[in-house]
Amino acid sequence: MPITHEYQSASPVKAPVEHRFSPYTDNGGTALAVAGEDFCVVAGDTRQSEGYHINSRYQPKVFQLSNGSVLATGGMYADAVTLVKRLEQRLEWYYHQHEKKMSVDALAQMLSVILYHKRFFPYYVWNTLGGIDGNGKGCVFSYDPVGNYEKHHWNCTGSAGHLIQPFLDNQIGFKHMQGIQRRFLTPEEVVRIVKDSFTSATERDIYTGDYVEIFIVTAGGIDVQRVPLKRD
Amino acid sequence: MDHFPGNWGQPRSRDDHVFSSTDYFPGHNAYDVGSRAASGPAQRTQQPMVTGTSVLGITFKDGIMLAADTLASYGSLARFRDVQRIIKVGDSTLIGASGEVADFQYIEHILETLTIQEYDHDDGQKLSPRHIYEYLSRVMYGRRSNFNPLWNSLIVGGVKDGDRFLGFVDLQGTTYQSSTIATGYGAYIGQPLLRKAVEGREDELTEEEARKVLEDVMRVLFYRDARSLNKIQIATVTAAGSKITEPYELQTEWAFAEGVRGYGA
Repeated sequence: MPITHEYQSASPVKAPVEHRFSPYTDNGGTALAVAGEDFCVVAGDTRQSEGYHINSRYQPKVFQLSNGSVLATGGMYADAVTLVKRLEQRLEWYYHQHEKKMSVDALAQMLSVILYHKRFFPYYVWNTLGGIDGNGKGCVFSYDPVGNYEKHHWNCTGSAGHLIQPFLDNQIGFKHMQGIQRRFLTPEEVVRIVKDSFTSATERDIYTGDYVEIFIVTAGGIDVQRVPLKRD
Repeated sequence: MDHFPGNWGQPRSRDDHVFSSTDYFPGHNAYDVGSRAASGPAQRTQQPMVTGTSVLGITFKDGIMLAADTLASYGSLARFRDVQRIIKVGDSTLIGASGEVADFQYIEHILETLTIQEYDHDDGQKLSPRHIYEYLSRVMYGRRSNFNPLWNSLIVGGVKDGDRFLGFVDLQGTTYQSSTIATGYGAYIGQPLLRKAVEGREDELTEEEARKVLEDVMRVLFYRDARSLNKIQIATVTAAGSKITEPYELQTEWAFAEGVRGYGA
């Protein structure tokens, strides 16, 4: 994104370069969500980075929304905060107009529309939305910054997405396994896999670490766990 | 791009492929003159002109403490040596700024306007540090979204109703909260020292210890940051209210220079 013009000369005189403003930055971090049979687990680390700096060890980017779903964000934190503010406002309007909370499926579609409305100045955010759908089943949706979205059973995005996704494919989806019984996992099993995913990713990805915050969404409500990760 | 104000106007950016244009007279070199002709199209801040370097902020037992020097540089020229870069907003909030000084003074103006408007409501409510931080961060994000940024990195600190607050916001609208924050060059040199001294000790550190930590780090920055000054201000906010010291000089030690080749005689 940075545009710099280089004029190098042999003389000690400094050649000029204009400082150009870029409205975007990447604050790193990893998020994932897993849909269970009647629950959903959404998790994200809490480190905020910029380049080689750690801005904060605890600046959560997984947000509990007022309709009972959980939105995990990654990419530019300032855009993510703005997006969540807009979503919360729309959820509130919907609630007062229709006297009911918005379903997760409806929110999923609305998020796509909101993202696409900024197609030519996008929110630089990779979203993962998790919740319980109208049939009481766990569901996960993932998005790119301009609103492409897809429904999954599990998904991982962010700076360690490429490290964790194949692990989830194997452990949650039983991919590349033979002679085993495919089944839905229990919340406890999923949480264990999530913790292992993040501790492993922390070893290899400098943008993931400090804490992982895990949201377990069930019909009964949302339980939150915070687990320490390595801080280096 | 390089958003760290400490890099702006450095003789050579630490991004080793980028040379700085602000070395001598920002905006007045041959390359820039054409695009800066008078009565051209509306100008926006494309590069900072008069800049302040690092600001530090830490949490201690009873509140928040900020530190900054009083230098406003014009490129590499130490242009204004007595500029306040930490301000009070209301009784319970402090704001420290690095980056473009003019933009910061404009921010000071809009916050004063806000404070007066809130006062005029006369509803017994006072803006808390979190309110001011939220407002500021939306202003900063709004300006970046219109491609007309306020070219600063700001630290907001405060205590209200027993709640300590220390937050950061910059020209891109990036926000975060942490028990130690450092902008500019301080993010490189100061932050590790602050973390070592403060992290995990937020509820033990006394006001005197906190001041010593900040003075020590400001001294290190003065030794290493060529855009800094040994004249600093330290601001403290506790439940009892906020205070900003008058600018004072840090004691420095240069005897070692004698033994360094190329430094002393």
